[in-house]
Amino acid sequence: MKQKNNNPGMTLIVKTVTRLTVGLIMLYGLYITFHGHLTPGGGFAGGVILALSFIHLILAFGRDFVIKKFSEKVAGIFESIGAFLFLTIAVSGFLAGYFFMNIYGKGTPFKLFSAGIILPCNLSIMLKVGFGLFSAFLVLILFTSTNSKE
Amino acid sequence: MMQHLPYVLCLILFLVGLYAIIVKKNLIKIIIGLGIIDYSLNLFLVLVGYRKYSFFPILSKNEQVQPMVDPLPQALVLTAIVIGLAVTMLVIAIAIRLYEKYRTFDITEIRKLKG
Amino acid sequence: MTIDIIISFLMILMIIAAIVAVEMKDLLSSVVGIGAVGVILALVFLLLQAPDLAIVQLVVEILALIILIRATVTRDSVYYRRREIFVKTVTLIGVIIFLISLYSIIKLLPPFGEPKLKVASYYITEGQGIKNAISETGAANIVASVILDYRAYDTLGEATVLFTAVLGVLAVMRKIGRKKDETKK
Repeated sequence: MKQKNNNPGMTLIVKTVTRLTVGLIMLYGLYITFHGHLTPGGGFAGGVILALSFIHLILAFGRDFVIKKFSEKVAGIFESIGAFLFLTIAVSGFLAGYFFMNIYGKGTPFKLFSAGIILPCNLSIMLKVGFGLFSAFLVLILFTSTNSKE
Repeated sequence: MMQHLPYVLCLILFLVGLYAIIVKKNLIKIIIGLGIIDYSLNLFLVLVGYRKYSFFPILSKNEQVQPMVDPLPQALVLTAIVIGLAVTMLVIAIAIRLYEKYRTFDITEIRKLKG
Repeated sequence: MTIDIIISFLMILMIIAAIVAVEMKDLLSSVVGIGAVGVILALVFLLLQAPDLAIVQLVVEILALIILIRATVTRDSVYYRRREIFVKTVTLIGVIIFLISLYSIIKLLPPFGEPKLKVASYYITEGQGIKNAISETGAANIVASVILDYRAYDTLGEATVLFTAVLGVLAVMRKIGRKKDETKK
């Protein structure tokens, strides 16, 4: 099955529904990450859901449309920011003791801004996992669509 | 025997995956066997840490003390699942490159190394 | 006792779905079979009181299915090969011997549902109430406090493995081929 070159992606119904719901999927991924220390979830689950929202865009609108907004370089930069932030938080524990020491304030339990080091760590892991999986999928799709046109 | 039944069934699932890796000739079937082995090992780790009549290890606001299952295997398996996904992506990327070069997924053809 | 029976029944369903996924000749059907194994596994995680793992397993399964279908369905190839009875019989006999000899080791594990909990009793001490993990870290989710506070070094190792795997994918798919004129670097 070859795609027509002047209308990539899927049908009009799929495109309209995608426009309405892709923001909600990204918001759900952010919610699961931010409340990772109160409810089940955490950085890994939120990162994979974030990657799934971008992949939803690619599948519905075609690869060329998404490349103009999120090239591979931008995804790589975000992934490196996530990994670097994780290491910075770890090294900052040296100020008061050992590697990865929990030095931020503990706060009262069951509130959103409690539990010291866990919330920034969850955020950096979400950036890293989400954009890493998205850039790997982008490269796999490049190969598939180029060679199915032959 | 009845008290070890879930462990034995988990082991049978592992052996189905192992059979697929050894016998099959299609490269995608070998990747599917790798995925099945992945699932069976994660399941085995979580089965070891289960305790009867206990609840999930998340505290809630009403100060009620309840017995909990073991949280340590769950922490190990959480990262193992995402690592399994990353390894599957890498193996599929290699399989796609092999198809572009040799035009088939059959490993007996690829082994002849036509170049 | 009933949780035992339900979990065993679901695992028998998983074994049947796995055998279907391995033996079907059509590639799309076997990918659907492994999708069924993953979804039943998420249900079993939920019954074993692990909601964290159920969320991650379901989402990862969906992503793996999308990648497998994109990679295989557009590239179907046909095989005419002879049936190798010798290899299949020998492998089946080897697998059955493996199963029988591992069963004598499985009998040494504690019975299902009564773990020893020697290390975990540090995180959830029941003598003085469940105050140990929450008073030291302040997080209500004990699994999150284990992977990001008590054992944060292992999470750093896992982040490194993920980074390396993504770099591997980007390095493998570099050049398209020598036939095309405009190559993407």
